[in-house]
This record gives sequence, C-alpha cells and structure tokens, in this order.
Amino acid sequence: MIIHHPILGPRDAQEFVYLGDASLIDRPDGMTAGIEAFHDYLYQRSNPAGEHRELWYHEQGDRSWLVVTRNTVTHEITKVELARDVARAKGRSK
Amino acid sequence: MTQSHRIAGGQIDRTKTLRFTFDGVRYQGHPGDTLASALLANGVRLMGRSFKYHRPRGPISAGSEEPNALVELRTGGRQEPNTRATVTELYDGLEANSQNRWPSLRFDAMGINDKLSTFFAAGFYYKTFMWPKSFWEKLYEPIIRRAAGLGSVTREEDPDAYDKGFLHCDLLVIGAGPTGLMAALTAGRAGKRVILADEDFRLGGRLNAETFSVGQTSGADWAAATVAELATLPNVRLMTRTTVIGAFDHGIYGAVERVSDHLAVPAQGKPRQVLWRIYAGKAILAAGATERPVAFENNDRPGILLAGALRAYANRWGAKAGERLAVFTNNDDGIRTALDLQAKGVDVVAVIDSREGGDLIPGVRHLRGAEVIDSSGKLGLKSITVRQANGRSETIAVDALGVSGGWNPNVNIHSHHRSRPIYDPAIAAFVPGQDGPPGLLVAGAAAGAFSTHAALRTGRDAAIAALELIGAAPDLPETEDAPTRVTPLWHVAHGKGRAWIDQQNDVTVKDVKLAHQENFTSVEHLKRYTTLGMATDQGKTGNVIGLAVMAELTGRSIPETGTTIYRPPYTPVALGTLAGRSRGKKFKPFRLTPSHHWAKEHGAIFVEVGNWLRTQWVPKAGETEWRQSVDREVLATRKSVGICDVTTLGKIDIQGTDAGAFLDRVYANTFSSLAVGKCRYGLMLREDGMVFDDGTTARMGTNEYVMTTTTANAVTVFRHLEFCRQCLWPDMDVQLISTTEAWAQFSVAGPNARKLLEKVVDQDISDAAFPYMGAGNVTVCGGLRARLFRISFSGELAYEIAVPTRYGDALLREMLAKGAEFDPIVYGTEALGVMRIEKGHVAGGELNGQSTALNMGLGKMVSKKKDAIGMVLSQREGMTAETGYRLVGVKPVDPQAKLTAGSHFLEKGAAPVAANDGGWLTSKVYSPHLGCDIALGYLKAGDKKIGQRMRIVNLLAGLDTEVEIISPHMFDPEGERLRG
Repeated sequence: MIIHHPILGPRDAQEFVYLGDASLIDRPDGMTAGIEAFHDYLYQRSNPAGEHRELWYHEQGDRSWLVVTRNTVTHEITKVELARDVARAKGRSK
Repeated sequence: MTQSHRIAGGQIDRTKTLRFTFDGVRYQGHPGDTLASALLANGVRLMGRSFKYHRPRGPISAGSEEPNALVELRTGGRQEPNTRATVTELYDGLEANSQNRWPSLRFDAMGINDKLSTFFAAGFYYKTFMWPKSFWEKLYEPIIRRAAGLGSVTREEDPDAYDKGFLHCDLLVIGAGPTGLMAALTAGRAGKRVILADEDFRLGGRLNAETFSVGQTSGADWAAATVAELATLPNVRLMTRTTVIGAFDHGIYGAVERVSDHLAVPAQGKPRQVLWRIYAGKAILAAGATERPVAFENNDRPGILLAGALRAYANRWGAKAGERLAVFTNNDDGIRTALDLQAKGVDVVAVIDSREGGDLIPGVRHLRGAEVIDSSGKLGLKSITVRQANGRSETIAVDALGVSGGWNPNVNIHSHHRSRPIYDPAIAAFVPGQDGPPGLLVAGAAAGAFSTHAALRTGRDAAIAALELIGAAPDLPETEDAPTRVTPLWHVAHGKGRAWIDQQNDVTVKDVKLAHQENFTSVEHLKRYTTLGMATDQGKTGNVIGLAVMAELTGRSIPETGTTIYRPPYTPVALGTLAGRSRGKKFKPFRLTPSHHWAKEHGAIFVEVGNWLRTQWVPKAGETEWRQSVDREVLATRKSVGICDVTTLGKIDIQGTDAGAFLDRVYANTFSSLAVGKCRYGLMLREDGMVFDDGTTARMGTNEYVMTTTTANAVTVFRHLEFCRQCLWPDMDVQLISTTEAWAQFSVAGPNARKLLEKVVDQDISDAAFPYMGAGNVTVCGGLRARLFRISFSGELAYEIAVPTRYGDALLREMLAKGAEFDPIVYGTEALGVMRIEKGHVAGGELNGQSTALNMGLGKMVSKKKDAIGMVLSQREGMTAETGYRLVGVKPVDPQAKLTAGSHFLEKGAAPVAANDGGWLTSKVYSPHLGCDIALGYLKAGDKKIGQRMRIVNLLAGLDTEVEIISPHMFDPEGERLRG
C-alpha cells in the first residue's frame, strides 16, 4: 500500500507501523471517567467491512502519527491526516 | 542420440549445439530451446509421473501453465524440484531428472496406485484414514506422503544470491505479445516511463508460435523489430524472463526476474533471481490466453498435447511431438494446428471436429460432429478411438494428438483483488469482471480479444486510455482478424474410465461427479473437495472444465455456477526469492555495542538481545565452564568494582515546558516533583493497567529529562510516547528524541566504583556532591562531555556514565587502565542478571506483559492523585485481589538442590495438578553470595507467605524440591551498600 503522508507525500506502507482504530484518540479523562468508560475506550471497537479510520505511525520516517481513512475491503485510502490535527479538532489539548 | 523429431524452421540457433542429460541419458539441443522442446525434438515424450496415480505423463503445453512436465533440475545445493520443462531454457550441461517415480520413469512401482484408483477418488483420505486418530500422524500420513508427491528438496544450502529491487514507472505492461508490444510502443513513443515485462526469454508471445504475417513480415519478425525499437527508447525498460506474480494495493506489482536460471551457474556477482516491487502509475494486463483441453477417457497420455502447443513446438522450436498427428477440436483455432503441421510436412492423419461446421483442409481426412472417446499406449500415445457423427467407433493409429477446447483469457492478475471473472458465451470463456485492481486495464487475448488485429488495436487503445495520451499513435499493421468460432465441448460423455481435468492433481470428471453426488456443488467446495486447481499450476488449464462439468451435473448455467478466483503468485515462486538476502546471519542487521571490539579482543561470549549483540560473560584463562566466569564477575564486582556496557537500554531525551507534566501522564508515579539533578525509578503501565516498562528517568534541567527504558522496549516505548504526545495531548509543549545510539553508557558498580570514576571524571563526585540518585552533566578525561547518574541495578554503590558513542570504546579502556589498582572487571549480562535477582529487581521474566504493579510488589507506585496511562484500569477488580500473584524470592531448603525457571509452586503434599497451582518461578540464578540457587517468582498471596516452606515442581524436568519463600530482596535488603 501507499500512504500519502500529509507532509512527506506518497510513502510505502512498509515504513509505517499500524496501531488500530483511530477512536484510541478519544481517551477519557482518568480523573473523572471510571473503569467502565476506560473499558469501552480500550476494548469496544467496531470492525467495519468498509471505511475505517485508523492510526498509522511513520516509524521509518518522521515519526508522525497519522489518521488514515481506509476501506478495509478494497484498501482504498481516501484521506490521510496528521493525528495531532485530528486530536485538536476533537478538542483535545493538554 | 540424434534429434529425430527436429523439423525445419523455428527460432533456435542451429549453428550451436547444447548438450544436456535427462535421467542420465545424453541429448542435444540448440540455444532457443526449452527443455521440453529439446526432449520432444529428441523423440522423448515421457517426462514425468502423475501426483497421485503415477500415470506416465508428457508435456501438454508449451508454457508456464504446464501441469505435467515437472522435473528436478540441477544437482547439489542448486537442485530444484518441480521445474516446468516447458519454460526451462536449455543451457549447455543442463542436468534434469524425472521425479515421483521409483525405481525408474519407465517402470514406476507406485504405478500400482493407478490400478487401485477406485480407492483414491476425491475424499478418499477423509473418509478412510480417520480411525484411530493417532494413526494419522504416525502411520497413514507418512505412507501417503511417500506415495503421492512431487520432487524432493535438497538438504544443501543454496549457494546463489537472491536480490530485491524497486522500480517505478508510468505504465507497466504485463506480457509482451502483440498486445503488450503495441501498448509499450504507444506509451514509449509518447515519452512515458514504461516497463514491459514478460515471463519468456524471447519477447513476442504467441507471435513467435504462429505463421501469419504482421504488416509485410512474419509475426515473429514484427515482434523482433518492435522490440528493437523499444530497446532504443531510454524511457522503456524491457524485462525478459520476468514474471509479474501479483497485483498488490495501490499500483504495486510484484515481479520475479530469473536473471541466471538459464545459466548453469550465475555470472560472477550476479544473483540467481530478483524479486522486484514495481510501483506503476497504470498497468495493462496483456497476458494473453491459455488453451484448454477437452476431457475424454485416457486423455493424459504422453503425446496428447494442447493443439496450440503442438503448433508452437513446430513453428517456434522446429520440434514435432510425433510422426502421425491428429487434431481434436471444437473451434477454428484447432484447425490452424492441422494446417501449420501439414505445411511443416508432418503427416496429419485426421481432424476430429466436434462441430458440424468448421473449415475443411484439402488433403486431410476431416471428421465432423465426431469426438475422441479414448486413447491407448502405455508410456505414450499409440492410437485414439473416435466416435463418428453416425455413432460408429473407429481406432486411428497416431502418436500425437492436438486437443483444443477453446482459449481462456489469462484473467489471473485481474482477479487478485477478488474481482470475479464473468462468462462470455461468445468465446465460451471467462473474461475479466468488474472492480479489478484500480489502474489496471486489460487488453488483447486477456480481455477476450483473440485475433492479432484485435490484440494490436486494444493494446494501443489501452495505452492511450491508461495514460490519457493525445496526438499521433502508432499505425496498426495489417494482420489476421479471424473471428472466434467455438462450440463449447468440455468433456466427452462416454465410457466408465477416467477423463482428466486437472492433470497435476489427478482430478478427473469422476471426481467432480462424486463431489456433486456428495453435495459439494459450489465451486469453492468443488475445489476443496476434489483439489481441482489447487496444484502449483493453479488449474490454469483445468479449472473452467471442472466447473463446466459441475454446471452440467447441477443443470445450472456456467455463469450461475460461477468460478473460483486466482491468488498471487501467478506462477510458483521459490522461497529463497522471497527471502532475498535476509537469510542466516543476514536475516537482520546486528547492532554492536561500543564495547564490542574490546570484548571481542578479550574473548567475550556474546548473546543476541533483539538485534543487539551483548557481552554475556568474559572468560579468563583457565575458566572452562561459564559459571566460573559469571561467579567471578559477580564476586569481583561486589568486592571491588565491575563495569558493564548498558548502552542497549533505550534512552529518550524529553524536553519542553510540559515535560514534567507529560511524564506524570505516562508514568504511574510522579516526575514533575523530581528535583533537578536527581533520578527516579519510573514504572510505566499500559492503558489496560499491566506493567509496560520500567527504568530510571533523570531531571537534567527544569524542562529537560532523560528517560531510560528496557532494551527490549526501547522502540515500543518511544512509539507509545509519540502516540501520547501527538494523539492524546497535542498541545503539550514537549519534544522527544531517541538518543539510544547517541550515548555509550556504562554501569560502574562496586565498593570502589566512585574511586575508579574519580580517576576519569573531572568534577567532584563525592557522596556529598553527587549523592545517591543524583544525576548531572559532567566532563571526563579533561573536558569530554558526559552524563553521570548515580543509580544501581546491582545493589552496589553504582553509577552509570555516558559519553558520546564514538568515545565509548576509549572510555572503557581508560577506566580499566586508570583504575587498574582496583582490579576492575568487565561483566556481562549473566552477572548483571545474578546481581539484579539477588536484589529482587524485576526484568524480562517478570515484565511479561501479564503482570501488574501490585504483582511486582510495586502497587504503591501507582499514584491515584493524577491521571496517567493505565491508572484507572489497574484498579479493576480482578487485578487488585488480595489473593493475586506477588513477587517473592525463593531458595531451596537443601542448598545443593537445583531450581528451574518455569517450575510451579505447590503446597506440601498437594498433587501436581492445575487446581493446586500456586504460581511459577520467573527467573533463576546461582548466587555465589548465598551459595545456592535463588529465584524470583509470582506466588498467589506471596506477600503473606514469606518464611513458609513450599514445593517447586517441574514435571518436565522431573523436579520436586522443597523451598523457602523469602523476600525478593535477597542481598543487602537494607540497601546500605548502594548508599555507601
């Protein structure tokens, strides 16, 4: 596969490490959320046959974490974003 | 032996003679021959025995689709089984042997399987060899494996190199027949970067095997001229002997180039094969078509070939498969074979055309509406039996039969992304369906356009469409444009004998009938039940017939029945090619520590730790057993001073105004409160609450920390920190960089550690100036920048000192030289392990990914006053139980008794069953200080069992030992030494 890195352009997927569902960005606050919320965050994932937003890490590159929107059936990649931008857009800060 | 079956013409170089052997018999051929064409030219038709029934077999094709003519090539380390004789390029000195036969190809004792064929029908093994269960592995399978099989693998190492390479292009053209050549010419003349790849050693595809003209020349000459023009274009790369094996995601194609397969030995410095990864903007599949046979009784005898293959052997290789030839066809293309062979002077005895119509050839007996129903000839074809239109049977003596059941487009690569081919009744074959690999166009015969004119036209048009070319395109030369006229005939319904569909896996019409009878009627079930198409040829010649027979049996149409699809690779790939250079010691690169050269000079024993080579121990003269060295290293360190290279530990510089707050989030304990110039042990959890990693982290400045990780997790911890920084808290002002390889770091431990370091460190490092857990920047040897940490893994007064990596070797030598009065020693990972276990520090055996801080006795380190990764889930019910595992120390009651890591705790008198299991030993060493084996272990409620006696049981090692449960801090529990 080829991932179009927002900064570095097209890169072979072999340069990346895959983590999984991009919902891992949505970590609850440990001081307010309880075990149930963390359990859902960590273990409850959807496994769609189709469009999937997922985290890839450019380990053999610039160390960016990316959110890649990929169709799990066709492997078509329709969007690649910096995970940091996605996290900020979700209101995450410090 | 003379080349008795060599005829005029062909693209072989008759001025040169090549010598080769098959089963030890010497033969001759010419450059341009394949092994199969040369054997046929020498009158050899019998080339192998079939997989299951050991039936005598010869080639049926002249290409890579060959199911039968599989031979063992070469000898020694280069011996290669299951090589298709039809694509093996002849070279001088080639040695080939037949396989799957004993004692000889002509007399094969296992031919008895053929007589017992009733017992070997599809599903036979599943039904028969089921009971008793244990017999399968021990008895049935070995016997069956011996009887049914292909070639044998050499036990010697392959002496050749295999490479990997990367290529980029605007257009990849797969196949260099008329379609591919025209596509490449169109794109090449337009200045595009083109790769034209073909599995053959001569480009031109079918044009080399046919007699019709293209423009003013023969097809072969037109191909040669076009190739010559392409070769002059700097933007075109011609790749012969290169098979595109698969279409992968996003325009990436795999290809295998057989650089040296046509040579006895690769040229100096050249690889045997290259695995290419081709990044193609667009691709055109111009892979042509494969002829399929018609199944009839005993249709697998040597001498029965595909009609197009007979023609190819005659036209391209000047070889005839027999003296008296017949053709059995259901389409016009079969007639071409009769015409061409007749023109070559071969005696064409009859054309058996299953159709009522069809063209007649002057001077050839033509049987319309007739079918071949049987054949005879034990080791090769002697006669065929024909059922004429009027129902009368007749036996015709022939020694070669060309069979044509029509042509199947080579859709394989187009279906690598699961696109299902669709049935086109006009050509009675499957053509590429929808949703193929994006960017891949199909043209020519691969798309079902069978005439040469259609090939040239669609090849040109595909290039224009793929690359959106504008402007002049090459003219199309005048050539044949015959329509495809075929009346489907899949198998001849006659008799009770076997009619082969898949010759490589010995699947017959009967097997398909049996599958139907047992309700395995879907194509996917049919395939798996009968093994149809599951051989190394992936059923290139047989699949469509198999499913057509199933369609007939179920009364469904062929489109309703459907088809299986193909997977990469297009043709078999040697495992060595996939491995490339990554084999043996070169499987991964070795990482060497800064002290490696010193250690090697001193005869150190090394151990692989991930990619690192670390010093395991350094034997001294007279030490014959590893324990002598390790015990000495431990005692010397605890007595005076020892030095250990700890460069492999992960080192991460963490800087920024939020660095402290960041560390509070990623460590279970607190770091923002750490004073500048101090270190602290840090415990890192995973989000699920299990311990991820540990290490010491030092605060070098207000906004600057240096983290260490375990060697094993250096990469994953860094990755995790980047995840936290970018994905969870994107606005924290914190920057990370891995400095693992930037600093050479040594542990200097023992009562004389400070005295030794004072010889090289320029600053005051007295206990007052540099107290326990101190950290700071210093200089050594008169100004070289260094980092010093007063931390201890051994329990001794100890420091870790780091200098830029390139000075690591010099620093080690300097410390040993300047501190010579203290008799310093260098210790390895074994002594390191002994000392850390004596002190009860956790490492690999305890940090097993399934253990919590509580298990390790470090529960209090998990702060609940702040949010940190893993804090919440570490409080889950099952992970906080009072009765859970706790880290304990263990020593045998009898000091002579041995312990073994992995042994399990049992109460005295308890039976060694899982229900009584109390936990297990995680790490074990011999402690020279305690004079016995000691161990760490996880014991249920272990903290409440200190002082008790239990048993350690290891049924595998035959061990049942009484032990005392002790504190894990087995040596200097008060820590007086390390604060010294």
